Amino acid sequence: MSQVEKAPQSNFSGPVVVDPLTRIEGHLRIEAEVENGRIKEARCVGTLFRGLEIILKGRDPFDAPHFTQRTCGVCTYSHALASIRALEDAINKPIPPNATYIRNLVLAMLFQHDHIVHFYALHALDFVDVVNALQGDPVKAASIANSISNRKAKPEEYIAVQAKLKTFIDSGQLGPFTNAYFLGNHPAYTLSPELNLIGTADYLRALRIQVRVARAMAVFGGKNPHTQFTIGGGVTCYDALTPERIREFTELYHESRAFIENYYIPDLLAIASQYKVCATYGGTRNFMTFGEFPDPGAERDINKRWIKPGIILDRRLDKLYKLDINKIAEGVSHSWYEGDKPLHPYEGQTIPHFTSMGDKEKYSWLKAPRYDGIAMETGPLAQVLTSYVQNHALFKPLVDKTLDALQLGPEALFSTLGRTAARGLQALAIATQTETWIKQYENNIINDKQIVFDYESPKNARGVGILEAPRGGLSHWLVTDDKARIANFQLVVPTTWNLSPRDEKNVPSACEEALVGTPVADPARPVEILRVVHSFDPCIACAVHVIDGHTNQVHKFKVL
Amino acid sequence: MRIGVGLGKEGGEKRLERQGVSRRDFMKFCTAVAVAMGMGPAFSEEVAAALTGKRPNVVYLHTAECTGCSEAMMRMYKPYIDSLILDTISLDYQETIMAAAGHAAEEALEQAVNSPNGFICMVEGAIPTALDGKYGYVGGKTMYDICKEILPKSQINMAIGTCACFGGIQAASPNPTGAKGINEAYPDLKNKAINIAGCPPNPINMVGALVAFINNLGMDVDELQRPLIFFGQTVHDLCERRPHFEAGELAKSFDSEEARKGWCLYDLGCKGPVTYNNCPKVLFNETNWPVGAGSPCIGCSEPHFWDDLTPFYKNI
Repeated sequence: MSQVEKAPQSNFSGPVVVDPLTRIEGHLRIEAEVENGRIKEARCVGTLFRGLEIILKGRDPFDAPHFTQRTCGVCTYSHALASIRALEDAINKPIPPNATYIRNLVLAMLFQHDHIVHFYALHALDFVDVVNALQGDPVKAASIANSISNRKAKPEEYIAVQAKLKTFIDSGQLGPFTNAYFLGNHPAYTLSPELNLIGTADYLRALRIQVRVARAMAVFGGKNPHTQFTIGGGVTCYDALTPERIREFTELYHESRAFIENYYIPDLLAIASQYKVCATYGGTRNFMTFGEFPDPGAERDINKRWIKPGIILDRRLDKLYKLDINKIAEGVSHSWYEGDKPLHPYEGQTIPHFTSMGDKEKYSWLKAPRYDGIAMETGPLAQVLTSYVQNHALFKPLVDKTLDALQLGPEALFSTLGRTAARGLQALAIATQTETWIKQYENNIINDKQIVFDYESPKNARGVGILEAPRGGLSHWLVTDDKARIANFQLVVPTTWNLSPRDEKNVPSACEEALVGTPVADPARPVEILRVVHSFDPCIACAVHVIDGHTNQVHKFKVL
Repeated sequence: MRIGVGLGKEGGEKRLERQGVSRRDFMKFCTAVAVAMGMGPAFSEEVAAALTGKRPNVVYLHTAECTGCSEAMMRMYKPYIDSLILDTISLDYQETIMAAAGHAAEEALEQAVNSPNGFICMVEGAIPTALDGKYGYVGGKTMYDICKEILPKSQINMAIGTCACFGGIQAASPNPTGAKGINEAYPDLKNKAINIAGCPPNPINMVGALVAFINNLGMDVDELQRPLIFFGQTVHDLCERRPHFEAGELAKSFDSEEARKGWCLYDLGCKGPVTYNNCPKVLFNETNWPVGAGSPCIGCSEPHFWDDLTPFYKNI
């Protein structure tokens, strides 16, 4: 183990509120109580309610994927696919293997896109000081970049970035960097000027490469965000069978993979090596993974997936529990809804009860989902840990190599740094595997051109769609009536797991737990809070549930 | 030394000439700056661009939304988003990408809306109006109040995406939060919002409208405040499958020989005939659009399409 430096810390005591918490999807407020420079307790507050689930009632279940996809435009496609799976579960008939191949390929690109955008556009500015990049030596930066990766960096490209940056800064209009926490020397920003320069250059590079990665999704998916190619029974994109489209997809995929291998992962490791202090805070205890990338022909069988589902309790890496989706229940005791008893999603009810912003008892539009009564972290760290315990052929060696490179032990995984690193490893592993999936798909379509079966909306049925999204375990729960309309629709979303309020036993959510003990070097610029919260990649629009403000109606539904 | 020529880059050199600075003199200066920066003379054009005035301030507000429009804007490829925000506009407030958070972010917003040079306001999302706006807060203020304060002060208001234009998905029946589009939520607003509709809008339409405004190009709009250059024709009129429609070649189901052959999706619920947008012409992500992927148009740039144009897979 290498020496981990001590986190810079103030002796501040008092409340710190971050609202709006930016560089996320949606509207989030964090309320923290700081004592002697460390967070003593924290609350995650979802500040927007939209009510999509009530809007879904009475509609054709085939329309649901279009609606639910608009839950979130960042993890776009995840919700559409979860709704499609819920519908197909209710229909209870098979879909063509090609549909699963194509869905998997698009999902694989979503993971890559989402994680690239998260690391650079949403998270990097918590670590990279863009202004300090001007002090970096371009020759040294190029030589560092070449030593950590297979890229062929030249000093000229860093000189050009510095020139662009200098013009920008000298203009006095800092645009998106206005009032950034790193301005004016922040004690918790500790990267060398050269790594700040590399980080800034690649922040800009990532803004361009993500356009290409998203395009790969649109090749089969019609557009990004909000793909439009899945339907209950399969996919509609017959174009995906043509060599031209497959070639276009494959070329874009190769660009994405090359960026992940040559930039994302090396940058992540280089930045992590100078922020090992972030391995000392932000950890949680319990982890849940739904698994993903179903075997073609077995879209809905969660045990036939490339990443297997599983549960880890109390950080024990020697025991894996089987996922039982019937143990999921949602509570509302600290949410702006009435009720106290946690309910299974098929039995959920929602009665709005807004109190006030800043209330300590009822304080969020998010409900509190729990697994067997336990608060769970879900997302890349949970997935990487469960795959690690299962000795997954790709993930196990990746984790070992990473810990080795950073000279850290497995306990370091339970932290902000571990979570951010796990996201990179998930992107890398999926990018590596995508090559195989493309080949398998090409082989399959030689003799099989079926991409969709025609099905009708099912009457008096129910179904669940279980998906591992880029942010973690996502489930959609559908109940239909005797006219084959939606009687009830519930979404239990990764960010609701990670950033929920406390539950009826007063147990905080994963992110609330992770914030406790986090040092705060400067209470006016609490970058450490951003680091912890961003490491979860929250998506608040996804996480907020349903109410009906006009009628205060109780939305109850029967289990069939 | 700083040579400032006012708002906007276009025409900056002409304005310089009027001040007695010739292009030759100006470029000499820029070359000197470029060389001083260690960049070589070729970089002088970029210096010139950066020096010909302040970039217009843009404030981009998020209300009841899914961030899909912000994501769409990030997919812009001409120019790429990094050029747009570093060279063309000063994106002073945009919650998805801005570095600052909390109070620091609120201060950035405050500075931008009080800039003596004025600002352009883009809004993504609907305005929740029920329960006195309490369904949506940012920084302790309701979204309704924030927009009520800021929108009247801007040089132009642009509603980005169908939620900001017409209320969007959260306004679908029974509209639990009383969500409305900008022009409906603030009927007294003098500088009515230009509506860049779509779920999400094509980034080319978004940035195109922005650039048109910055360059003082007039934009004619339809009765729904949508610029005609983007929303002047129906998807059906522009669709590459239109000849199939004319020939009566309509796919009857997705798992059919006709669908495989790329026939018209009208009978599968395509809303192209009643939808004004340029998707087939402009494409998304430089490569495709929903009908290209075999999926019927859902009419996402039309008001209340979530109610009026559903079920999506039925011809209504």
